[in-house]
Amino acid sequence: MSEDGKDNSRRNFLIGATGVVGAAGAVGAAIPFVASWNPSAKARAAGASIKVDISSLRPGEILGPFPEWRGQPIFIVRRTEETLQNIAKLNDAVADPQSQRESQQPSYAQNEYRSRKPEILVIVGICTHLGCSPKVRIKAEPAPFDENWLGGFFCPCHGTLFDLAGRVYSGFPAPSNMLVPPHYYETENVIVIGEEEMS
Amino acid sequence: MTWIDDRLPVTETYEKHMSKYYAPKNFNFWYYFGILATVVLAMQLLTGLWLTMSYNPSGEGAFASVEYIMRDVEYGWLLRYLHSTGASAFFVVVYAHMFRGMMYGSYQKPRELIWLFGMAIYLLLMTEGFLGYLLPWGNLAYWAAQVIVSLASVIPVVGEDIAIWVRGDYLMSGITLTRFFALHVFAVPLMLLGLVVLHFLALHEVGSNNPDGVDIKKHKDAEGRPLDGIPFHPYYTVHDLVAIVVFLFVFCIVVFYFPEGGGYFLEAPNFEMADPLKTPDHIVPVWYFTPYYAMLRAVTYPLFGLDAKLWGLVVMAGAIAILFVLPWLDRSPVKSIRYKGLASKIFLGLFAISFIVLGYLGTVLPTPGVTMLAQACTAIYFAYFLLMPWYTKVEKTKPVPERVTG
Repeated sequence: MSEDGKDNSRRNFLIGATGVVGAAGAVGAAIPFVASWNPSAKARAAGASIKVDISSLRPGEILGPFPEWRGQPIFIVRRTEETLQNIAKLNDAVADPQSQRESQQPSYAQNEYRSRKPEILVIVGICTHLGCSPKVRIKAEPAPFDENWLGGFFCPCHGTLFDLAGRVYSGFPAPSNMLVPPHYYETENVIVIGEEEMS
Repeated sequence: MTWIDDRLPVTETYEKHMSKYYAPKNFNFWYYFGILATVVLAMQLLTGLWLTMSYNPSGEGAFASVEYIMRDVEYGWLLRYLHSTGASAFFVVVYAHMFRGMMYGSYQKPRELIWLFGMAIYLLLMTEGFLGYLLPWGNLAYWAAQVIVSLASVIPVVGEDIAIWVRGDYLMSGITLTRFFALHVFAVPLMLLGLVVLHFLALHEVGSNNPDGVDIKKHKDAEGRPLDGIPFHPYYTVHDLVAIVVFLFVFCIVVFYFPEGGGYFLEAPNFEMADPLKTPDHIVPVWYFTPYYAMLRAVTYPLFGLDAKLWGLVVMAGAIAILFVLPWLDRSPVKSIRYKGLASKIFLGLFAISFIVLGYLGTVLPTPGVTMLAQACTAIYFAYFLLMPWYTKVEKTKPVPERVTG
């Protein structure tokens, strides 16, 4: 590459080399600015996982919406044998009976009861339509919106119904089952919600 | 590119200000500080913006929010130190830049307007520094602001009301803090940017001066290009890049190893929160204001029935105001100190020494000895300006060469 008989290769190399080093410097300089947007230590502390003791939760009872995790209400239900049988009956009424949409639960909750232990349901109390808080209707008795109500959640905003495994009924605006947060059992009665178990 | 040029004069502007803008080829070390000031300005704008993302501008929350930035925000400590060191670096660079102007007569005709814009920038920069300094709501900053705002109260008749109006309250409070925040983040930077643009445009209109004070436009070649000029791009862009890198090296050494600047960049009493009931033992302004503070304290005699307090303010304001009229005080036929007479050299040297000594004196307790020395230095400082119309006229100057000597 020469103009007027001059060899510009050295100049071009120097320009290129300076450019590369400059670009590396720019990336390095950008790091603090970009990184400072990550959650601060204070935010991480506030968003840390919570521990819930369910020893006083009796069969057929529900705990929630406190405590909340990362601003999301958490419901814990100790389901009865009857409830578990009712869930099986609803397989045709719900939109995603096998919980095939992977984003809505961790792998250990991708089963018929959407939980680690069949009797304990851990669920985020937010409707998957537009984010309202559904009302709790545990008891299996006739309800204004369903004569044959077998227990679950009713969202007052647009009428979506969820069963006691958090599965969304077909024919309602919400597209998916209620979210099951990451959780594990530290002991028989203490659940850690918000993180996976370290194995 | 033609599509853009037909709608916006990009190539034309680039040529006018960079690739076909001819700058003298004999720029020396003193000519780096303008571009360094621009680099520091850009950095302050960027780091300042990022700090406002986590800072809380209320009296109750400000101090804690700065500690939150320092401890909890990822790299928050770095953003804070870049901004605080940057403020001090800004003044180091600006003082050197101004001194270059004084040495080489860059303020003389036809560059008076560049000098005036520059002085306005200096004034706004001091304001910006003062406003920003209060924002962490440290105790020293609180009381320093208290002192400065109270200066307004020495104005006869309306002074006290003005002081209350500036504060928005009967004492320095969170109300003052929040309004200073708005001024520091938005109003003053906007004005600064505007003035910097004007400063650049005025410079490019007449072209740069140089260490010999020679007018390079007097000798042009056949195509009308100055014989002693070189196009700004690529010569000075590359030249300045080296200077910027060296500057950043030194700057980073301070940021990472000495961010507190030995107690001069981040002062010890500021690590305590502002307390209206507890004055620190030793109130001093931050280092870049200390020369003027020393002058303020040096005036101890009342005159014409008005307090020494008022005269101190007049002297301090006068010290800055007199810089504005420098282009009209200098009666020398010669621009650069290299060709001026012995008197100019001595006076400029004395001026620089007195400014530095005053700077030191502003940091120590005002004992009688300190006050006397400050009075002497203030007199020397003013003598440089007030006697200039005389000594620049009568002194024997050396003949200025036709072409630059490098």
